[in-house]
Amino acid sequence: MDLRELYQELIVDHSKQPRNFGPMPESNYHADGFNPLCGDKIRLYLKIEDNVITETGFEGSGCAISTASASIMTEMLKGQTITQAEALFERFHSMVTGSMGPDGGVDDFGKLAVFSGIKEYPARVKCATLAWHTLRNALLERDETAKTE
Amino acid sequence: MIVGNGTEKLDLVALRRDFPALDQEVAGKPLVYLDNAATAQTPRQVIDAMERFYREDCANVHRGVHELSQRATEAYEAARCQVQEFIGASEVGEIIYTRGATDSLNLVAHSLGELKVDSGDEVVISAMEHHSNIVPWQLMCERRGAKLRVIPINDSGELLLDEFDRMLNDRTRIISVAHVSNALGTINPVREIIARAHELDIPVVLDGAQAIPHMHVNVQDLNCDFYVFSGHKMFGPTGIGILYGKRTFLEQMPPYQSGGDMIESVTFEKTTFNDLPYKFEAGTPNIAAAIGLGAAVEYLSKVGMDCIESYERELLDYATKAIGSIDDVKLIGVAREKAGVISFVIEGIHPHDIGTILDREGVAVRGGHHCAQPVMDYFKVSATTRASFAFYNTRQEVDELVFAIGKVKELFSD
Ligand SMILES: Cc1ncc(COP(=O)(O)O)c(C=O)c1O
Repeated sequence: MDLRELYQELIVDHSKQPRNFGPMPESNYHADGFNPLCGDKIRLYLKIEDNVITETGFEGSGCAISTASASIMTEMLKGQTITQAEALFERFHSMVTGSMGPDGGVDDFGKLAVFSGIKEYPARVKCATLAWHTLRNALLERDETAKTE
Repeated sequence: MIVGNGTEKLDLVALRRDFPALDQEVAGKPLVYLDNAATAQTPRQVIDAMERFYREDCANVHRGVHELSQRATEAYEAARCQVQEFIGASEVGEIIYTRGATDSLNLVAHSLGELKVDSGDEVVISAMEHHSNIVPWQLMCERRGAKLRVIPINDSGELLLDEFDRMLNDRTRIISVAHVSNALGTINPVREIIARAHELDIPVVLDGAQAIPHMHVNVQDLNCDFYVFSGHKMFGPTGIGILYGKRTFLEQMPPYQSGGDMIESVTFEKTTFNDLPYKFEAGTPNIAAAIGLGAAVEYLSKVGMDCIESYERELLDYATKAIGSIDDVKLIGVAREKAGVISFVIEGIHPHDIGTILDREGVAVRGGHHCAQPVMDYFKVSATTRASFAFYNTRQEVDELVFAIGKVKELFSD
């Protein structure tokens, strides 16, 4: 596979100029992600109001794939309901692990489709999914707090 | 293979033919294998020796009067003698088989620690150690209430010997340092360290995992008290390594693991332990790998460690200039004395992206912290890209690496 398919311009661009980057004091949920294998770190911030993600942000350091993945994810999440965000996680996960069914095309997957090439690079799948696993932890934390309330 | 005596050049074409794995394509390009510090490739002589064991001589060692067991035992012990000769140990009882450098370091930390270290004592390591020469000492110090002290380094990646001098005192019990650093390639001034330590009667452990594939090592000449290394980094198999130790220490040290082979007699009241080296070799060992290590040592002796050392010095100089002069590339570790390793970072591009792109160009390197996180912390990077060389690498391969780094920069350019 051509490397350009993995390192598409959108990925390179987001890795160099990550969107929604920096601390976010107004967030009401956050979670940390860490990949001990390569040292990639992320802290994800969410502002959730009435089951809708209204603001997002992240900080950390990592490779181009993990940074771009976090950057694009935080863009995509704004305005999504919790249920929609969870569905996005599932879909992204099956796309990059190559477990997507035959009808699971990426045509309507917007910017996230740029990560479809990752499945050819098993060693790099974890880079792409780090931000998404962190998202899931942030949502779980919210569930936990919701339950104890 | 070609035989050398230290003066003639290596016949690289012939040597490379000994390594079947080098002859392949990755991503449609000829493999350029530059991850030798992680694991080096294996020559057919080693593969053949191990295969012969499994095909013809497979039996346990020291346990049978039958023909196969005797052949297995002979080959296994012959390999030990080859290792003894290769590193210049005074006797074969000082050569202990382990699973690798990590296992050897755990053995010394445990057993020498029990012998020498009490509450309030100190153990000295350095800031450029592999995790396997940090954590076993750390755990041992915790168990025994001792303090771990760390020789600092400078921006070139060299040990600060003045600081080391100041660190030594009447509570210092053990010093354990890398002969060559896996993350920086620095060759440490181990003779000076040993001389100063011995003035105070402190034993010195050398982690030789990254030295032994690149240079002539003679443990008696170095006068180190312990020396450890792994088979798979010196063109032998995985799962085997060596702990060399001076008899005076090994005899006093308590056993590490216990079980079969390491005992002389067992009753439920009292066990007496076997002689050296068997006292430290509990259970059925990795017999085939030990035989493979013997073959690797024989192979290296034939090529000639002096030839290897001088060839690699030229290659490393060439690579240092070539890689160091690429724009935006910063070398991490520029000690005056180096072997085998070039670590670098490229401004704004993460080592894992570099690793993936180089891989698609057929170039195998390692990106990461190289199990030396304190080194990364010192240089304030999370990871580096490391190209590590063996005697079978060529200038042309260095050129391929440089070309591939160009590809990386191209992909990430605006
Ligand atoms: C300097 C050094 N010491 C120890 C080790 C550990 O060797 P092994 O993993 O073979 O036990 C390594 C391996 O990378 C090393 O480079």
